[in-house]
Amino acid sequence: MAAITLEHVEKRYGDGFRAVNDVSLEIADGEFMILVGPSGSGKSTLLRMIVGLEDASGGVIRIGARVVNDVPPRDRNLAMVFQNYALYPHLSVFENIAFPLRLRRLPEEEVRRRVEESAALLELTEHLDRKPSQLSGGQRQRVAMGRALVREADAFLFDEPLSNLDAQLRGQMRTEIARLQARLGVTTVYVTHDQVEAMTLGQRVAVLRRGVLQQVDTPRALYERPVNLFVAGFIGSPSMNLVPARLEGRRLVLPFAEVELPSAVIPAAGMPDCPAGVPRALVAGIRPEHLEDATLVDAAVRERGVTFEVKVEVVEWLGAEQFAYAPYDAPRELVEPLHRLAAELDRESARTLLVARLDPASQIRRGQPAHLWFDPANLHLFDSGTGENLTPSRLDGHVPEYQDPAGH
Amino acid sequence: MGRLRIAKVVGPVLIVVWTLVPVLWLVSLSLKGGDHINDGRFWPAAPTLHNYRTVFRTDLFTSALRNSIGISLIATALSVVLATLAAYAIARLDFPGKKLILSVALAIAMFPTISLVGPLFDIWRSVGLYDTWPGLVIPYLSFTLPLSIWTLAAFFREIPWEMEQAAQVDGATPWQAFRKVIVPLAAPGVFTAAILTFFFAWNDFVFGISLTSTGRARTVPAALAFFTGASQFEQPTAAIAAAAVVVTIPVVAIVLVFQRRIVAGLTSGAVKG
Repeated sequence: MAAITLEHVEKRYGDGFRAVNDVSLEIADGEFMILVGPSGSGKSTLLRMIVGLEDASGGVIRIGARVVNDVPPRDRNLAMVFQNYALYPHLSVFENIAFPLRLRRLPEEEVRRRVEESAALLELTEHLDRKPSQLSGGQRQRVAMGRALVREADAFLFDEPLSNLDAQLRGQMRTEIARLQARLGVTTVYVTHDQVEAMTLGQRVAVLRRGVLQQVDTPRALYERPVNLFVAGFIGSPSMNLVPARLEGRRLVLPFAEVELPSAVIPAAGMPDCPAGVPRALVAGIRPEHLEDATLVDAAVRERGVTFEVKVEVVEWLGAEQFAYAPYDAPRELVEPLHRLAAELDRESARTLLVARLDPASQIRRGQPAHLWFDPANLHLFDSGTGENLTPSRLDGHVPEYQDPAGH
Repeated sequence: MGRLRIAKVVGPVLIVVWTLVPVLWLVSLSLKGGDHINDGRFWPAAPTLHNYRTVFRTDLFTSALRNSIGISLIATALSVVLATLAAYAIARLDFPGKKLILSVALAIAMFPTISLVGPLFDIWRSVGLYDTWPGLVIPYLSFTLPLSIWTLAAFFREIPWEMEQAAQVDGATPWQAFRKVIVPLAAPGVFTAAILTFFFAWNDFVFGISLTSTGRARTVPAALAFFTGASQFEQPTAAIAAAAVVVTIPVVAIVLVFQRRIVAGLTSGAVKG
């Protein structure tokens, strides 16, 4: 087992395209680190550079204390699970799992013992004589993991291992992977484009966009304190409502409401490009669960927040919660950048739509006007140009350190 | 519908009859005794193995059979090894001139063999390859390599890159990954290439008759042309038929043994899908 350190790692292609741009990241020994981002964010390339299937064009990659930039994959002692499993179809499950051990010329009984151990751990014992083609998708996935486990490698690398499974199996395997990692305590780097996987699995999550590292943090910190619009839009499902807004002194003008901002939310003074008294264009963000049905909010509490009227277009009732979708009007030129962001996040959002996660008791109905309420303290304010999160309460200078799960 | 079903039965039967009758005729001819050859009957009245005995007692045939087997096997082995390595490079590596190599290879395969025989005859005579095994192995190689390379490159391209990458991460050198993972997966392609090469060498007549002059290197198809009867009063027809049957047997046997391996794709189950 070992820590993995990336220092200013880059991947440039012949045509000058930078798939990975100056990424520095420390993955502690035993940590479960997630690399997440939409397609084309460079997360897989980064993983492949760690394992050695791609050369880094710049920077230093360390495993433990050893610089591995020029070490071939076979000598890095890392185990990898590929997206399409990459099982050897001509070998039985036993031989598939034994393959790395056979390459090391371990004695037969040692091979047998270790393969049977991993197989038992993954509930594959009864399938050892089968060929991969006779297995279901979930079983193939487990064989691929068995081949990684048997190695006693310094770290496990997963490249979107669950994306080929159906939703139910994906949930099961997710739990399985979390359980195995916690039990074995092996450093793990896990690539996914699925933010739910990222949030549920990782101790820390690294969000990548176009090859640039955006934020590395615990899932909770990413959710509560996204550093920019990209992270805010990417993390959370359904994603944060992003609305064009204008700041006039302490007042925030939204397309559907005007808000007196509490001082904790007002962007820091002395913003260079914004002389006092001139309205400033911003993007306001609010999570769906922070929009409530106003009729269900206590009158005293209601005073503190903002109530506004919308026309609800669709209501999805899910038993424990319900989602209301309400369109609003905003000038086209203000909304355009938000649409571009949505497209980059592989989200569909050709329209300006508010999503509210309502209490199941709410009586809001489709096609009827309704009153929604929110507390301005829950707002995020982003620079509409740079996308940076300007909300002071979200930027308390907190830099998360990796915490050992065992507490020592 | 009824008519369609009849066509589905009759069509294949016609094709089978069309292709098998000449073979059956050859077999029947080879089983006829000397005086029955022209008896106008399809099935031999008194089947005899006399012709086969004659054939195997003739030096002309036995030495030709030895040459055919030796030359075909050597050409096949060399062709498969070279083609596998070349095809792997073509499928996996990016190097300048890759397209050129592939198209030139294809052009060579398209070349009419007959147009090369004359020049080759002169060259072989002056460099001392005339009437030798290498003298035949070399042209067979150059004519079968392009096709083998194309076939194998197609098979290699079908194998997902992740196979080798997984092997390398598992601790294999590139050579080990190639030998233990890629070659077994490309086995159907390797067999296909081997069989194509073997048949080309085994069935060739043009080179066999032009580039040899004695039993040192003359192959069976060429030797058949020199067949005479057991005595000067006997027609060699039946003996030629017997020899032809003998050289057909390996071809049929190979196809029957390997057809499943050729047809079956071994890659199923490697990846999702």
